[in-house]
Amino acid sequence: MTTLDTAAPTTVRGARTARAWRTLSTSRTALIGLAIVAVHIVIALLAPLLTSYDPIANDANHALLGSSWSHWAGTDQYGRDVLARVLYGGRYALGVSLAATLLTVALGTVIGCAAALRGGWFDDVLGRILDAVLSVPSILALLVVVTALGTGPSVIVLAVAITFVPQVVRVVRGAALAVVPADYVTAARARGESTWSILRREILPNITDVVCVEFAMRASWVVLLISSLSFLGFGADPPTPDWGLMVAENRTAITVVPMASIAPIIALATLVVGLNLAADGLSKAWGVDRIREGS
Amino acid sequence: MLSFITRRIAAAVGTLFLSSVLVFLAVQALPGDVATQILGKDATPDAVAALREKLKLDKPAWERYADWVGGALHGDFGTSLVSGKAVGGEVSTYLGNSALIALVTVLFAVTGSIVLGVLAGLYRDRWPDHLISTVSLVGMSVPEFVVATVLVLCFSVALPWFPAVVLYGPDASVGQLLPAVWLPALALAVVMAAYIVRMARTSVIDVMATEYVTTARLKGLSTWRVVTRHALPSALLPTLHVIALNVAWLVGGVAVVENVFNYPGIGKLMLSSVQNRDLPTIQAIALISAVVYVVCNLAADLATMALNPRLRTRGRTR
Repeated sequence: MTTLDTAAPTTVRGARTARAWRTLSTSRTALIGLAIVAVHIVIALLAPLLTSYDPIANDANHALLGSSWSHWAGTDQYGRDVLARVLYGGRYALGVSLAATLLTVALGTVIGCAAALRGGWFDDVLGRILDAVLSVPSILALLVVVTALGTGPSVIVLAVAITFVPQVVRVVRGAALAVVPADYVTAARARGESTWSILRREILPNITDVVCVEFAMRASWVVLLISSLSFLGFGADPPTPDWGLMVAENRTAITVVPMASIAPIIALATLVVGLNLAADGLSKAWGVDRIREGS
Repeated sequence: MLSFITRRIAAAVGTLFLSSVLVFLAVQALPGDVATQILGKDATPDAVAALREKLKLDKPAWERYADWVGGALHGDFGTSLVSGKAVGGEVSTYLGNSALIALVTVLFAVTGSIVLGVLAGLYRDRWPDHLISTVSLVGMSVPEFVVATVLVLCFSVALPWFPAVVLYGPDASVGQLLPAVWLPALALAVVMAAYIVRMARTSVIDVMATEYVTTARLKGLSTWRVVTRHALPSALLPTLHVIALNVAWLVGGVAVVENVFNYPGIGKLMLSSVQNRDLPTIQAIALISAVVYVVCNLAADLATMALNPRLRTRGRTR
């Protein structure tokens, strides 16, 4: 039994991964999207090598300068180089969004699968509670959580997870419901395997595509929401280079240095376009219906 | 069918009850003693105790919840901790201002996106489709505050057609607010339309591939008639849900956009009451948003059912 179990799944999984990559490489949309996201990650990691300016050092003598050779995107009201802040800004956006999306999708997947597997009253009660959570606008829920627990990256990750988990649960539950009636799930139940083991070995491998698409799509929403939160003054704390915060700060001087507002906007928009293209391409290549209710 | 409707409405009421409990619990979890916060740190313990009694903070949580919901059902949401006015009246003033934006937004977004979505679906994989799909992808990839900022840059700074900020308070008349409504509404409509366009496009493509559309075409009907009489009604069905969900999303999107334009609407009130820990106002806004969400979804469900005969029969047999 043990030899069979260890040998078979790895080859099956290997073949499945290979097939997933093959279909993926035929989708130009997905490749372009993933490439854009990859470029953003590289820029965020290599930010110190790409600019010699300190993103948080004030320089009152060079405040509000237009674009020039020494400051490509100009400087803001504190004399900080806008380009340096944009390059470093990816660290906050990507770091917090990635952590938040990972937590959200992981929690949502486990709860969604459990609801589909257990069914019955557990599923009903959960559905009702999720409906209730969804009925409160996510910005308001986020604001309340942030006010209750204070600012800081870890609080924002938690707050995003609380507001977005219900939506992930709905999607994953729907996908898992299609797998639960399958014979091999019944067989695993008959063998007396635990819920956790069925979830991990039988259900999850069959909904990996849905979860991956959900991850890419949710990531784009999370980036948008976190930047909105920063824009409103509840996200990143002021000296931190963050795109949403930069737009909020530089907006007042938009007539003097328009580039200082436009540069972070371009960075933010390209990242989300990349994530959306990736989600679109992946869902099309794998035949996952992305345009479901609400998304 | 009647039992289906009753069940659906009962479920909506149940959801509303649960969300009111959640809202109440979440707001209770906000740290800091309200009484101390109002009176300041130098307040005597006696004064704090007296205020706690007045605000009924000394009573158990379930009793306060019952009081709150009971009041809310009669339109009494308590008094604002900041302005000292009745929350119900204050919220409805701001809500009215926001409704102006919401109305224009929905009008722009729904008409614009359905036209564009149908066009994209009819010209599938040709240049109009590519153009519309690309624009809507960009539209859903930029946050509302970015669209709003770009619009200000174009139509307030470069071309001074519309005001960049609203200088009036919440009690401004419709005539005073009207010039300031267009830019926020346009910003919200762009983001909202991006989602509806995609949905409308997919459903038009699906419907155009059905047999009855082929039949209509073979009968020799003009393309215009096929689209308006046969394709559009069924294509709009799935789109209805996206529109309903988007109306609910508006409540959140409005918060950001109103802040950009300093527009005296519900979103601005929401932000300032979170900043000031004005608990009764936060609770009222959250509850009203939940009602809007639940009612929109209920309406979309019932409308879908009314328009789709297959769902009607299924509702009866189940």
